[in-house]
Amino acid sequence: MNRPIRVLVAKPGLDGHDRGALIIAQALRDEGMEVIYTGLRQSPAQIVATAIQEDVDVIGLSCLSGAHNELFAEVMSLLKEEDAEDIVVVGGGVIPQSDIAGLLEKGIARIFTPGTSTKDTADFIREAIKRREASS
Amino acid sequence: MSEKSFETLYREWQEKTEELLQKYPEQKNRFETLSGIGIERVYVPDGASRRESERIGLPGEYPYTRGIRPTMYRSRHWTMRQYAGFGSAEETNRRFRYLLEQGQTGLSVAFDLPTQIGYDSDDPMSAGEVGKVGVAIDSLADMETLLQGIPLDRVSTSMTINAPAAVLLAMVIAVGEKQGIPSHLLTGTIQNDILKEYIARGTYIFPPQPSMRLITDIFAFCGEHVPRWNTISISGYHIREAGSTAVQEVAFTLANGIAYVEAAVKAGLEVDRFAPRLSFFFNAHNHFFEEVAKFRAARRLWARIMKERFGAQDPRSMQLRFHTQTGGSTLTAQQPDNNVVRVTLQALSAVLGGTQSLHTNARDEALALPTEESARIALRTQQILAHESGVTDTVDPLGGSWFVESLTDAIEAEAEAYLERIDEMGGAVAAVEQGYMQREIQQAALETQRKIESGGEVVVGLNRYRLEKETEPELYRVNPKLAQKQVVALQDLRKSRDSVQVEACLERLKQGAAGDANLMPLILDAVRTYATVGEICHCLREVFGEYQPMV
Repeated sequence: MNRPIRVLVAKPGLDGHDRGALIIAQALRDEGMEVIYTGLRQSPAQIVATAIQEDVDVIGLSCLSGAHNELFAEVMSLLKEEDAEDIVVVGGGVIPQSDIAGLLEKGIARIFTPGTSTKDTADFIREAIKRREASS
Repeated sequence: MSEKSFETLYREWQEKTEELLQKYPEQKNRFETLSGIGIERVYVPDGASRRESERIGLPGEYPYTRGIRPTMYRSRHWTMRQYAGFGSAEETNRRFRYLLEQGQTGLSVAFDLPTQIGYDSDDPMSAGEVGKVGVAIDSLADMETLLQGIPLDRVSTSMTINAPAAVLLAMVIAVGEKQGIPSHLLTGTIQNDILKEYIARGTYIFPPQPSMRLITDIFAFCGEHVPRWNTISISGYHIREAGSTAVQEVAFTLANGIAYVEAAVKAGLEVDRFAPRLSFFFNAHNHFFEEVAKFRAARRLWARIMKERFGAQDPRSMQLRFHTQTGGSTLTAQQPDNNVVRVTLQALSAVLGGTQSLHTNARDEALALPTEESARIALRTQQILAHESGVTDTVDPLGGSWFVESLTDAIEAEAEAYLERIDEMGGAVAAVEQGYMQREIQQAALETQRKIESGGEVVVGLNRYRLEKETEPELYRVNPKLAQKQVVALQDLRKSRDSVQVEACLERLKQGAAGDANLMPLILDAVRTYATVGEICHCLREVFGEYQPMV
């Protein structure tokens, strides 16, 4: 890929805690990626529409309210409807270990829980994009 | 400042305190250590200098560095007020009763996000969020269930609600009416601090100007009808959680406080009429001594602001009273039992800083809402501090420590520099609109993250002393069926109430909002007809519009 990786950092639902989303957005910019942040209170439909319009490679979903199972799954099914499953989706927030398997089954590439370093997140994204490029 | 020597001031204070004790005795006649060494009410320096008497003073005396009451916890411990709420009103009411049985002394209600942002449970915006981070309250019917069996004149109820604070307060007043408790006996707090929502927490609805009007309407209404209610809890907690430093926490919180006082004065209210009901809410974070100093500095700074800037005369207007919560963002998902230790130290700093009320976080909060067991341990932590540690036996035990006094001075000076900067920008509302505080906090948050990732700041169990294999404890799960039940109950309510009456009240509210009437009585009327939080807020949205943040 000849252009920088484009990432949409998104806050689905009504959760207003955006410290993590803002930190991740800045950290990925520092790693050379192009980052768009949606701001608060985005519906899954708005997030998917923005992702397609902005032609992003990655969506990073952040949720601390416990609504991740409903909201992340909705984003995945809308991406499928829009034939945009090539977008790599990662998630983060207050997410119990026991919910992670279910989210991965829905097609989310990785769930980052509290305490993850931003470097690990950036490395994972680069690897995932590389794998996608190789397989396409 | 007084010309009297410290010795004279101390003697006068002792006499005044003796008189006070006739009315409000201390919990014991003699306080002593486990070896039987007697403990004085307060320790003061020998031959105190003028500087000490002016800057530090005595407890219960201006500038209140050493606490707002002369005897502090020797007379009464702080209120133990655990923040709780999830799922339905019924389920939350059960947790409240459990916590009260376990010795909690006040209630603190967590509302779900739809309630906090003024949406009903069946609104499409509420999808996935009903009952998640707090209890779902749609109408007075839910509030009746939530507060069932709670004596509203004896147990004070704190409600973390901001944009729709007027609506939820109106519901409590209406429940009081049904319980036979007149509004002038109700005790509690609404957070009602909209500025920090724009800065740090995100649960705003309306733009700043109409939001400020709702707040001053509440001040005016409660001054007359609900005089024992704390009409605002000006919150540094969320500012700190968003990543600020301790200095920024004090500075931005007090800057917001100044904005509320100015707005109320501008609306024609007399400062000593509403200022005694202002309260504050701070975070207790990790650096133990900095936290103790922070509380002392905030108290002294606010006393000076109220006296010198706003000309307050009533000592209660100058006394910064505050609730504290231990720092949620300091908790780790790794080795969650370690959080019990963090919470203990943070809670201790709040107690040594003179807090009036305290919430201790539960060990599993970086993973989910607390289980009943972890909520109980969190409460027991406070009880052990209050009853076993002996730190409550004397007032402001760290007062006079060179380190703590010097840190207190430093935090005060740095916070004042911020306040000057914000004044130059035109005050807190202007600074928020320009995104100034948001940027300062985000910068601090990034620096903290970098320090943690580089190992410059150690987080035990996370960037050091990590376990190979973590086992996750049993977590609390909100019953997924509750949201559906809540929606059905709401739709039944809409069918059963007098819709003509509801419509008429909502129409009057809309007209009031377009004009300059005090909105509290209109909201109260609407609430009594079982108009919902969403309907009332939509009505106000139509008139006021919605806040659009800069991204």
